[in-house]
Amino acid sequence: MYKFIARRLLATIPVLVIVAVLVFLLLRLTPGDPAAILAGDAASRDQIAQIRISLGLDKPIIVQFGIWVSHILHGDLGESFYFKIKVTDLIAQRLEPTLALATFTLVIAVLVSVPLGVIAAWRFGSWFDRALMGFSVLGFSIPVFVLAYILIYIVSLKLGWLPVQGYRRLADGFWPFLRHLILPSITLSVIYIALIARVTRASMIEALGEDYIRTARAKGLPESRVLIAHALANAAVPIVTVIGIGIALLIGGVVVTESVYAIPGLGRLTVDAVLARDFPTIQGVILFFSFVYVVVNLLIDLSYVIFDPRIRY
Amino acid sequence: MISFRRIAVLAAAFAAIGASSGAFAQGKVLRVVTHSNLSILDPIWTTAYMSRNHGYMIYDTLFGTDAKARIKPQMVDTWTMSKDGKTWTFKLRKGLAFHDGAPVTSEDVVASLKRWGRRDALGQQLMTFVEEMETPAPDTFVLKLKEPCGFVLEALGKPSSNVPFIMPKRVAETDPFKQIDDYTGSGPYIFKKDEFKPGDKAVYVKNTKYVPRKEPASGTTGGKRVYVDRVEFNLALRDPQSQVNALAKGEVDILERPAFESYGQLKGIKGVEIVNRDPMGFQYMCRFNALHPPFDKAAVRRAALAAFRQEAFLQAQVGVKEYYHTCASMFTCNTPYASTAGSEIMAKSNMRKARELLKASGYDGTPVVLMKPTDLAAIQKLPDVAAQLMRQAGFKVDLQAMDWQTLVSRRAKKDPPSQGGWNMFCTAWVAPDIWSPLSNAALDTKGEKASWFGWPDDPKIEQLKAQFARELNLGKRKKLAAEIQAEAFAYGTHAPLGEYINPVALRKGITGLVVGPGDFYWNVKKN
Repeated sequence: MYKFIARRLLATIPVLVIVAVLVFLLLRLTPGDPAAILAGDAASRDQIAQIRISLGLDKPIIVQFGIWVSHILHGDLGESFYFKIKVTDLIAQRLEPTLALATFTLVIAVLVSVPLGVIAAWRFGSWFDRALMGFSVLGFSIPVFVLAYILIYIVSLKLGWLPVQGYRRLADGFWPFLRHLILPSITLSVIYIALIARVTRASMIEALGEDYIRTARAKGLPESRVLIAHALANAAVPIVTVIGIGIALLIGGVVVTESVYAIPGLGRLTVDAVLARDFPTIQGVILFFSFVYVVVNLLIDLSYVIFDPRIRY
Repeated sequence: MISFRRIAVLAAAFAAIGASSGAFAQGKVLRVVTHSNLSILDPIWTTAYMSRNHGYMIYDTLFGTDAKARIKPQMVDTWTMSKDGKTWTFKLRKGLAFHDGAPVTSEDVVASLKRWGRRDALGQQLMTFVEEMETPAPDTFVLKLKEPCGFVLEALGKPSSNVPFIMPKRVAETDPFKQIDDYTGSGPYIFKKDEFKPGDKAVYVKNTKYVPRKEPASGTTGGKRVYVDRVEFNLALRDPQSQVNALAKGEVDILERPAFESYGQLKGIKGVEIVNRDPMGFQYMCRFNALHPPFDKAAVRRAALAAFRQEAFLQAQVGVKEYYHTCASMFTCNTPYASTAGSEIMAKSNMRKARELLKASGYDGTPVVLMKPTDLAAIQKLPDVAAQLMRQAGFKVDLQAMDWQTLVSRRAKKDPPSQGGWNMFCTAWVAPDIWSPLSNAALDTKGEKASWFGWPDDPKIEQLKAQFARELNLGKRKKLAAEIQAEAFAYGTHAPLGEYINPVALRKGITGLVVGPGDFYWNVKKN
């Protein structure tokens, strides 16, 4: 087990190196000059050239890459061209909103989707099952921003229950923090509810057809115990896998939600950085996302041991 | 079992608690949704308008520009010009102090002007006249010129980027090509560096020690009185519909630049009003690249000018009739140098003439590479209209879509369009940037070496501008400005496409917005 963890962690190094090289090269090949953007609309060509020199963009690409890598090896992701603060500080500032949004989204998604999927499988073919399938198609189809505007219109503007936009840090108090997260989390969770509920249903239908379920029922176990302790436990591996995929998808999903609800998270930071050709920030954020993605996948793999004792590393 | 009604009541109660606690904590906080993100905090280092607006919050200026485009003293109390026009002596008014309590002295002023003079286009022109800057007394500074200069006050009071903001000497001595990191100013607000979160919010608190002038506030001049404790720039709220929602619910107080499509909805919201605080507004223009075919020929550029109909551009881009007007002047209409000189070619739609001019020019069908920014709603429809009108006139147009940042990078390239260069792009200017021949970057005609993107080369315009710079008489300056404009139309430096305003949307109860060329938050009351 420990060897597996160590091996997987070591395997992240080449992944991150490849990501780093690709991102670095792609950014340099993409049209757009950060100096021209920073200088403003009325700046002259000479002013732009001066700024390019001050950012080190006049150096050969290989030299720029060497400087960046040497900084990374010292734990320094560089300084944002655009915001003039360290990329690590920038990520730290933006991490809390994104982490909070992603966590709430996942919690809502799992708490809602797994019971729905279990019930749909239990009542396979019933109106509830068909309604859930219908909902899941809707959940996949409706664009996040459309759902966001609908929720804002009803919950915030008409009922006045929750704020339209913004984010409050946990340090500002739990209730303000929660109030600003409810709508964005619900908005973002709908697609994950649809996804996880479908997988849970399919996985449960398969498990409920197994001999051990028939045996459990024959032994007179209560139906709830049969469903949860026997069927769900055995159907857990695909569900956990899809939740893991969901975390990876969230990285992209937060961008739109953060924009509509004006949440200053990593999604917005990525968009701003790309639009401003803020190379150090884009590189830093993508490396960070890659690392998170690798770690999440590792955790998911490790969780299989808990849900399926037959799996050994 | 908990009923739905009980849950609803609980939710409403929590919401009410949240709302009331928020209202209590806010007090006299003015919450502004700015027109763009604030990232660079050095208004001398960049020409970005958002950095300029940040500058106006925390710095003061020697002179300012009022709502009618007149230059008035601000930090300066009195000034004199010698009979030969070569020595200007300025005395600072009493009570000027930086946020750290240190008095503003002439040494701070001179250091600030030197840094500004290295970066700003008008500042650079002024510095070519300056022989020496002296500080005979802490409250007095002297500009000694090599020869008389007609735009000393115009330069010192210019309202738009780069504004000659006065900084402490220790800050102003920063290399002009490095950004400052000390934001001590002497303006009406103090920047809260510890609360600044790029992409999220910028916070300013009232400078209680600021001594305003006695005159009423107008533009960047007059008494900058502060009636709120705190101004918060919301930098995260950029989705146009979310901005409208937030204003409707009272979560923000002011939207600096609502999308034109939003005005219809905003007008129907109770508790919201639309106020135009910048009557001079903005001017649209399309810029030709004079380096490469087909726009290396004046005759082709003039054919394009003849094809352009301002109304078509304005209708497509702005749409709201009351927010735009045609303007035949290259200098902002309703300002001192505005005229119709030389504009006959654009006066009314003349497609037949455009076709004749194009044919006579010997145009060989070279496609015009026209850059279209897809992510800048304020100007993104202009290239579509330009392309259509040019096609009608007989041009071949290669309309290339890209994001604005790619466009600003690409327009700096002098390469031929086939190698990553360009032929034409469209943009917008705030009124003060183009209201004078000296500040209007589109009228830089020094050719490839020193002009703004497009690189027109017309020694006659430069000669006229040199005369304008030395002329002290306003009547003669107006005449020269008209001659410059006539020559610019004849050369075809660019095509002015009309003017528009972009009024702010605000909550009822917000009053006292200062009228002038920019976004200023002194004098504003929140009831």
